[in-house]
Amino acid sequence: MAEVLLSVEGLHAGYGHAAVLHGVDVEVSEGELVALIGANGAGKSTLLKTIVGLVRAKSGAITFAGDRIDTARPEDLVRCGVALVPEGRMLFGPMTVLENLELGAYASKDRARAIEEGLARVEALFPVLAERAGQPAATLSGGEQQMLAIARALMCSPRLLLLDEPSLGLAPLVIGEIFSALDRLRAEGVTVLLVEQDARLALKHADRGYVMRTGRIVLEGRSSELLADDSVSRIYLGGEVGQHR
Amino acid sequence: MQCGTMVAELLQFIIAGLKSGAVYALVALGFTIVFGATGAINFAQGEFYMLGGMTGVLLTTWGVPLPLAVVGAVMLTAVIGAAFELVAVRPIASGDPLRIIMVTIGGSVVLRQAALHLFGPDERALRPFTAGPSLRLLGAAVERQTLWVWAITAMAVVVLAVVYRQTMFGKAMRATSIRRDAARLVGIDASAMVTASFGLAAALGALGGLVVAPLTQTAFYVGSGMGVKGFAAAILGGLGNPVAAVGGGLILGLLESLTAGYLDPLYKDAVALVVLLGVLFLRPQGLLGGRGTEKV
Ligand SMILES: Nc1ncnc2c1ncn2[C@@H]1O[C@H](COP(=O)(O)OP(=O)(O)O)[C@@H](O)[C@H]1O
Ligand SMILES: [Mg+2]
Repeated sequence: MAEVLLSVEGLHAGYGHAAVLHGVDVEVSEGELVALIGANGAGKSTLLKTIVGLVRAKSGAITFAGDRIDTARPEDLVRCGVALVPEGRMLFGPMTVLENLELGAYASKDRARAIEEGLARVEALFPVLAERAGQPAATLSGGEQQMLAIARALMCSPRLLLLDEPSLGLAPLVIGEIFSALDRLRAEGVTVLLVEQDARLALKHADRGYVMRTGRIVLEGRSSELLADDSVSRIYLGGEVGQHR
Repeated sequence: MQCGTMVAELLQFIIAGLKSGAVYALVALGFTIVFGATGAINFAQGEFYMLGGMTGVLLTTWGVPLPLAVVGAVMLTAVIGAAFELVAVRPIASGDPLRIIMVTIGGSVVLRQAALHLFGPDERALRPFTAGPSLRLLGAAVERQTLWVWAITAMAVVVLAVVYRQTMFGKAMRATSIRRDAARLVGIDASAMVTASFGLAAALGALGGLVVAPLTQTAFYVGSGMGVKGFAAAILGGLGNPVAAVGGGLILGLLESLTAGYLDPLYKDAVALVVLLGVLFLRPQGLLGGRGTEKV
C-alpha cells in the first residue's frame, strides 16, 4: 500500500452561515487516481476549494504529505505541490496561452527552468497548445481551454492534481483526449483527485471512487466495485448522478 | 497674417492642453492600476500627486540635487502609498471595494492635513529641470519644462508597458486583476499585488506632481483638484485600460485648454466634471474603453 498523500478527516466547511460539507473523509494515496462523484450541488467543488484554501475549513483536518494544511492559503499550497484545475477553468482570458502557462510556473523556485521544462511537458501532452501559444486564452475552443487549464496547473510540477469537472460542456471526442492525457499523467506518477458528474467516465479511469451526497460521503470503494454496485448504477441510471448522460 | 496668429494661438492652446493632459495621464494611470487590483477607486490618488511635488520641494530645500530629489520623492511617495494600503486600506476594508473607496476618501483627508502640518500652508515651486527661455514652435512658445513633462510621461508609460507585458511581476499584476482567485491558485500573493498597486499608483501620481511643480506652484491642497481631473481622465478611458487612461488624460487636457481659450477660463475646471458625468451617463464603459475592463 502506497503512502497516503492527501487525507481529509471529518471536514466541515461552507460559505458564511451556509454549511455545505458535513464531516467529509477522503484519502488519496501516492500515485492513485481517485474519482469523486455526485450530483450537482453535492459539495464536490466546495471540497476541492477547501483543500486548496479558497474556502476555510470550519473543523476537521486536512493533511498533505504529512503536513496539516487546513489553514494554508491557496498561494502557499501550490508551493507545497497541490494544484487545482478549477471548475469553469478560470483562465486569464485576455492573456496569451504562453502567458497563462508562464504564470502556472509562478510559484516555482527556479522559474526559468520550470517554464522551460513545463512547456516541453505541455507540448508533448497537448501539442495544440503550442500551436496556439500567442493567442489570447479566451479565443480558444472549450476543449483547448480545458487543456490549457490543466497545462497551467502542471507548470509547477504538482504532486497532487485536483480536477474539477474537466469534461463539462465538451464534445465526447475532446473528453476522450483529455482523459487519455490524464491516464498519461498518472503513468508519470502524478496523483489525481478527479471530480466528475459523469460517474461512469470517471470510474472507468479511476482506481477508487467516493460518492458524495449533500455534503457527505455516502459510498466509497474500488472503481470496479462502484461500477458494479446496484445503488450506484441505480442512481446514475435514475439520473441523480451524471444527469447529462 | 491674421490667419497666422490664429494658428499660433490654437497651437498654444494645444501645447498647454497636452502639457496638463500628460500630467492627468500619469494620475489616471494610478487610478486604473489600483482599480485593476482591487475593483475600487482610490480617492487618495490626488494626494500622492501633491506629496510628490511637496516632498520634492522639501528635498531640494535640504540641498539634495534636483535629479536625486525627483527620484527620492517618487520613491518616498511610493513607500507612503504602499504603507497606506498596508496600515489603513487592508485592515479596515478587507478587500471590499466599497469600503476601500471610503477608506481612501478618509485617507486623503488625513494625508492632506499631515502635509499641512509637515510642509506648512504656503505655495511652493520647484526649480525647472533645465533653465533657459522658452522655445518657439510655429509662433507658439513651449516652456522647457513642458518638454520635460512630455518626455517623463512618455518614459513612464513605456516603462510601465514593458513591465506589464514582459516581466513576471507585471503578468502577475494583470492576472490578479483579471481573476483574483485563479491568480492565487498559481501562487500569486494577491494581497501583495494590491499593496504593490498602491505603491505604483503613488509613484506615478508623484511623478506627475514633480514634473509640473516648476510650472504650476504646489501646495498641500492641490491633491483633491488633481484627483478629480485624474479620475475624469481614467473614466474617460474606461478605467480598466492603462493605454486608454493615457488617451483620456490627453483628451481631457485638450478639452480644458480649448474651453479656457475659446470660451472662458472660468469654465476650465468644470470640464472635468462635465466629462465625468457625461461619460458615466452616456458611456459607462468609457469613451476609449472598447475592450472594456479586464476586471471580472
Ligand atoms: N460561493 C458560494 N456561496 C454560497 N454558496 C455556495 C457557493 N458555491 C457553492 N455554494 C453552495 O454550496 C453547495 C455545494 O456546491 P458545490 O460545492 O459547487 O457543489 P458541486 O460541485 O458538487 O456541484 C450548493 O448548495 C451551492 O449552492
Ligand atoms: Mg462543482
